[in-house]
Amino acid sequence: MSADDVPTLEVRNLQTRFHTRGGVLPVVDGVSFTLARGKVLGLVGESGSGKSVTGFSIMGLVDPPGRVEGGQVLFQGQDLLQLPPAARRALRGNRIAMIFQDPMATLNPVLRVDTQMVEAVLAHRRIGNAAARQLAAETLAQVGMPSPEDRLRAYPHQLSGGMRQRVAIAIALLHGPDLIIADEPTTALDVTIQAQILSEMQKLVAARGTSLIWISHDLSVVAGLADEIAVMYAGRIVEHGPVDAVLDQPQHPYTQGLIGSLPSANRRGARLRQIPGMGPNLLQMPPGCAFAPRCARASAACSVMPQMHVPRAEAPSHQVRCFHPGVAEAATA
Amino acid sequence: MNNTLPLVDMQGVSKRFGARPPPGALGRALRRLGVTKPPLVTHAVDGVDLAVRPGEVVGVVGESGCGKSTLGRIAAGLLAPTEGSVRVNGQLLNGLTAPERLAARLRVQMVFQDPFASLNPRLRVSRIVGEAARLHGLTDAASEDDYVSAQLQRAGLDPALRHRYPHQFSGGQRQRIGIARALAVQPAMLVCDEAVAALDVSIQAQILNLFMDLRDELGLAYLFISHDLGVIEHVCDRVAVMYLGRVVESAPVDELFARPNHPYTQALLAEIPRIAQRRTTFNTIRGEIPSPIDPPSGCHFHPRCPHAFDRCRSEVPTLRGIAIHHASACHLNDAA
Repeated sequence: MSADDVPTLEVRNLQTRFHTRGGVLPVVDGVSFTLARGKVLGLVGESGSGKSVTGFSIMGLVDPPGRVEGGQVLFQGQDLLQLPPAARRALRGNRIAMIFQDPMATLNPVLRVDTQMVEAVLAHRRIGNAAARQLAAETLAQVGMPSPEDRLRAYPHQLSGGMRQRVAIAIALLHGPDLIIADEPTTALDVTIQAQILSEMQKLVAARGTSLIWISHDLSVVAGLADEIAVMYAGRIVEHGPVDAVLDQPQHPYTQGLIGSLPSANRRGARLRQIPGMGPNLLQMPPGCAFAPRCARASAACSVMPQMHVPRAEAPSHQVRCFHPGVAEAATA
Repeated sequence: MNNTLPLVDMQGVSKRFGARPPPGALGRALRRLGVTKPPLVTHAVDGVDLAVRPGEVVGVVGESGCGKSTLGRIAAGLLAPTEGSVRVNGQLLNGLTAPERLAARLRVQMVFQDPFASLNPRLRVSRIVGEAARLHGLTDAASEDDYVSAQLQRAGLDPALRHRYPHQFSGGQRQRIGIARALAVQPAMLVCDEAVAALDVSIQAQILNLFMDLRDELGLAYLFISHDLGVIEHVCDRVAVMYLGRVVESAPVDELFARPNHPYTQALLAEIPRIAQRRTTFNTIRGEIPSPIDPPSGCHFHPRCPHAFDRCRSEVPTLRGIAIHHASACHLNDAA
């Protein structure tokens, strides 16, 4: 089979539940998507939408009380959920890598950068220490780290937030992975530093044909980076399609609400369009559409779960989970 | 509006943080022997002039370590400036008697960034919101309950929830509690320090709308501190851009976004991700934000500035008017 036919990642009906004292939380509830080689998927949602847990589930990093309980995660055609732990470990950090929001959670504060990077190299490759160190320095240089040789001898606390995140990204890139899952890696950074990191990521991904899942709450960041966008709400993807289709012709009322509540989408000084109500309580999910209680278009039909479908024949790759899709006629105030 | 007396007027305000050497003869002796190191001093705010007039929304924007939060705390009277003067309603704060100073402080209240850390988890909402008002004699024990309900209502919360504890509320609701607490002492101005930064986009829109409604209802003024240029552009009348403790540019919001003058402002504006920009190449200014403990000489921005020349390395540019109400601190304006 040629590498072009098989998508890098295909997630089918992924189910991750958290078993808590209060009850079972369906944190990821039937997530499906396909990511081709070299493509960037922006996974967007607000707190508690399940976007991060989707990333953790693909990586196999869900901790109790959470459990991946159903579905398939096909990485280059191979179902990761069926693999024994050792085989998954061989892929993790090697072919699939993850970048987290807080680089201090990735880096060990009492080890120097070189110790950590060399360890990550040797975990998957049988080469000498000097060669591993050389590779670490080269990778640091690729992510725009000035004087990488000096920085290798530094401890994480001696680096700024942006520099730490570069180290974390370099560790993810060490083995030239086929898939990178980035969980809000620039959220904690300043605007100028965020732009630098986005720029480096963009170049690296394009040069190597790496597939990237960029998890974020910030539609504006995703807009500039992604090829496709999937919007999550209450554990489900509610809208998925090419970036231009989703942002210019959003079909789901929630996506429209998210875009409408951005200050840049509103006239200066005017009241922002806001989504009424609060995020869903996963313990008391309605049987139908989870967004219906906050939705202006909700009707009796919405008490049944809507399925993903294509609302516009001219955009066959644009899918939405809503009985009343359509571009907002008069945006709800 | 420019002729009215500013609510808060800060002139030449500086704030330095740092270890002081031990006082007295012992300290002098130690220093002479070279035992104590020269203290590390952070110039958090360095000679800033800023005034907020009644009903006006002034934005302060900048990246980590630029001193915007320290400036906000000085405006709210939580920190005393190391140098410079703060006037509230035209009165110099240092010259006031204790009761007068207390009254002046009530005029300016703060809303904090983290709605989890800024509320006492052991107090009920009724106490969090009502305590200050009762202590300052704005209400008495008998009518406190009604007073609290009115404040919560105004901040968009159901007064029936006033006997709950903060952990029973979501992030957006907690931020409303923080706003109700600030409004309870009937201030004329709120200092909002990244007040919407921790909130989800849809909740952020609700809180920003609340701020704008309160401005219309109560004629409140705001000092709105944020790193988010989109938010600043939306709510502010006037904006000051800070970099490493200094204001590098200040202008009415339309002017600043249409004609940014300082290279740092231009870079910031160019780098805000916008939803209309697809598959963009992110253009970046080089370098990191330097440490405020040892800031670069001359213009603090020169190591990252694409237009820097010799003078920028040696001489601090002053903030000077370049158009009506538009001031910028850049040597390039002299060269042109």
